[in-house]
Amino acid sequence: MSLLNRQHSVLPGFGLSFGISVVWLSLIVLLPFTALVLMSTKLGWSAFVATVGAERVIASLKLSFGASAVAALINAVFGFLLAWVLVRYPFPGKRLIDALIDLPFALPTAVAGIALTTLYAPNGWIGQYLAPLGLKVAFTPLGIVIALVFIGLPFVVRTVQPVLEDLEKELEEAATCLGASRGQIFRRVIFPAVLPALITGTTMAFARATGEFGSVIFIAGNIPLVSEIAPLIIISKLDQYDYLGATAVAVVMLGLSFVLLFAINAIQWWASRRHGGGR
Amino acid sequence: MTIDIRNIRKSFGDFVALDNVNLTIASGELLALLGPSGCGKTTLLRIIAGLERPDAGQVLFSGQDATHTHVSERQVGFVFQHYALFRHMTVFDNVAFGLSVKSRKERPGKEEIRERVMKLLKLVQLDWLADAYPSQLSGGQRQRIALARSLAVEPKVLLLDEPFGALDAKVRKDLRRWLRDLHDEIHITSVFVTHDQEEALEVSDRVVVMDHGHIEQVGRPDDIYESPATPFVTQFLGDVNLFHGRVDGGSLTIGDYAHSLGQQHAGKTDDAVAYVRPHDLDVSRVADGALAAGTVEHIHAVGPVVRIELAQIGSGETIEAALSKERYRELGLMLGDTVYVTPKKVAVFLKEEAQDYVI
Repeated sequence: MSLLNRQHSVLPGFGLSFGISVVWLSLIVLLPFTALVLMSTKLGWSAFVATVGAERVIASLKLSFGASAVAALINAVFGFLLAWVLVRYPFPGKRLIDALIDLPFALPTAVAGIALTTLYAPNGWIGQYLAPLGLKVAFTPLGIVIALVFIGLPFVVRTVQPVLEDLEKELEEAATCLGASRGQIFRRVIFPAVLPALITGTTMAFARATGEFGSVIFIAGNIPLVSEIAPLIIISKLDQYDYLGATAVAVVMLGLSFVLLFAINAIQWWASRRHGGGR
Repeated sequence: MTIDIRNIRKSFGDFVALDNVNLTIASGELLALLGPSGCGKTTLLRIIAGLERPDAGQVLFSGQDATHTHVSERQVGFVFQHYALFRHMTVFDNVAFGLSVKSRKERPGKEEIRERVMKLLKLVQLDWLADAYPSQLSGGQRQRIALARSLAVEPKVLLLDEPFGALDAKVRKDLRRWLRDLHDEIHITSVFVTHDQEEALEVSDRVVVMDHGHIEQVGRPDDIYESPATPFVTQFLGDVNLFHGRVDGGSLTIGDYAHSLGQQHAGKTDDAVAYVRPHDLDVSRVADGALAAGTVEHIHAVGPVVRIELAQIGSGETIEAALSKERYRELGLMLGDTVYVTPKKVAVFLKEEAQDYVI
C-alpha cells in the first residue's frame, strides 16, 4: 500500500502527522516490547515454560489479573455513582470533592500503599476493629484489591463525568412524556448512553491495576502463593540477576494484557457502534 | 380535548416569563404560539406539558384540573427542537419506546407493538428506515421520527417546541406543509411554538402572538395579519414602515402632509404612530392624500415585485414600498426622483395605546 495513492483529504499534513505518530509509537511502545519478546526467546522454549509454569508465577498472575478485575468492577460501580452525584446534584464542597478525585493520579503510589497499610494493618486505625471480626485486610488479596480500587478510581469518574454532563436533558424529558418511570429512564435511556464511556473507564482502571506495583507491595505483604503479585515476581527475579526469567514472566503479562484489552476494545467497539449507529 | 390555561404565572428568579396568561385551546385545533425569543412561549408550552410547574394558575385538560398531574400521566406528546431521539436505539425502537415502557398489564403484545410502530412509520413516510439509527438520518427525517414516537402513545395533545427550528429553509417549508396535512388527517389538539411568523401564519388554525410574558393577540392568521391589535404585533408580523405624527379630527398629520382616516379614531386628538406595510404603500407623482415625500434611493427590480427605497424628505428615514411591475413602469421611476407615498391601508395607534411599547 502506498501512502501516495491514498484518497485525497481536505486536511493537509496527513502523511507527515501519520508518519510522526507511527515513529513515536514505535519508539515509545513497540520497540521496548519487541526487545522484551526477543529477549525472552533467548531463554529457549522448555526453560520458558518451566519459568512461567512455576506454581508461584501462576499464582501471582492469577492474583494480579483477578484482583485487577475485581477492583475494576468495584470502580465501575462506585466511579459511576461518584460521577453521577458530581454531575447531577449541587451540594456544598462539590468542587473540593471534584478535585479530590484526581488525588490518586498525583500521589506517589508508594505513599498510598503506606497510608493504606497503616489504616488496615491488624493494629491500624481500621484494621484493629476488623481483626476481632476475623477480617484481615492488610497482607491478603483483599488488601490488594483495596489498593487497586484506590489507584483506579479517577479513571472511571473522569471518563463517565463528561459524557453524563453532555447528556441532553431533553432525552429524559422525552422519555418522561412517553410515560417512562425514573427507573426505566435510567435503565433504558441514560445507562446505554453512558455505557461506552463506562467500559472505557473501567478498562483503563483495569489496565492501570494490572501494572500497579508501588501501592500494592506494602499492603500485600507479599506472601508467596497468597499475596504476591506478578510485577513483584518480576522485580524479585531482577534482584536475583535472573533477567531472562523476569523477561519470561513479563512477556506472559504482556500477552495476557494485550488479549484482555483487545477483547474489551472489541466490546467497546460493539457498544459504541450500537450507540452511534455506524458513525 | 380542550385545554384551558388560567391565570398562569411563572418567573425564573427576577425574570417574569409568564405574567397572568389566560388561553383556551379548542379541541382538535392546531394552535401556534408566536413571539420573539424570551417572550415566554416555550415556557407556556412546557407548562402545558407538565415539564415546568407554574408559580400560580391552573391548566385544565377537558375541564379537569391537570396542574399537578405528573408529565408521564398527562398523555401529552412532546416534540423537541433538537429531536431528542435515543441514539442507541433504532428508529423502530425509538418509536416503540412509549409502548414498551407501559406496565405489563397495559402493554400491548409484541406483534401489536410491531404493527402500531410500522403504521406510524408509514404515517410519517419513513417505514423503510425502521432499522436505521438516528445518526444515519437527516434532520427532517429525525424530526418526523420524533413526531411518530410522540404519537405512538396516542396522546391527547401534541406539543411541538420549535419543531422546524433546526432545519434548513427548504426542508422547513416541506415539513410545514406536511405537518398541516398530518394534522388534517389525525385531528389531534396541537400546539406548536415558533418565532417564525410565516410558519405560524401558514400552518396554524389560530395564532397566539406573545411578547414579554403576555398574550398580545389571539386570532385566525388572516385576522391577525390584516388587523393587528397592537404596534408589537404589527411590527412582528412582517416588514413595516413607521410614521410618527398626530391624529386630529379624523385625519392623520405627518409633517406637512395630512391623510384622512375616515371613521378610525374619529374625535380623538393625540400623538400617534402609523404603520404601513410596503405592499400597502403606493408611490405617486402627485401629493394627494400622501403621508410623506421622499427621494428614490434604491430600486430592486428583480422578481414580480419591485421594491423601492425612499429617503423621507425632512427626517431622512428610509421608506420601503413594494410596487407591481406595471405600476413601476407606469411611473417611470428613476433614482433621485422626488415622489409621494400614499397608503392603501394604514394601522394607526395613538400614543396612549402604545405607551409601553418602545421602538
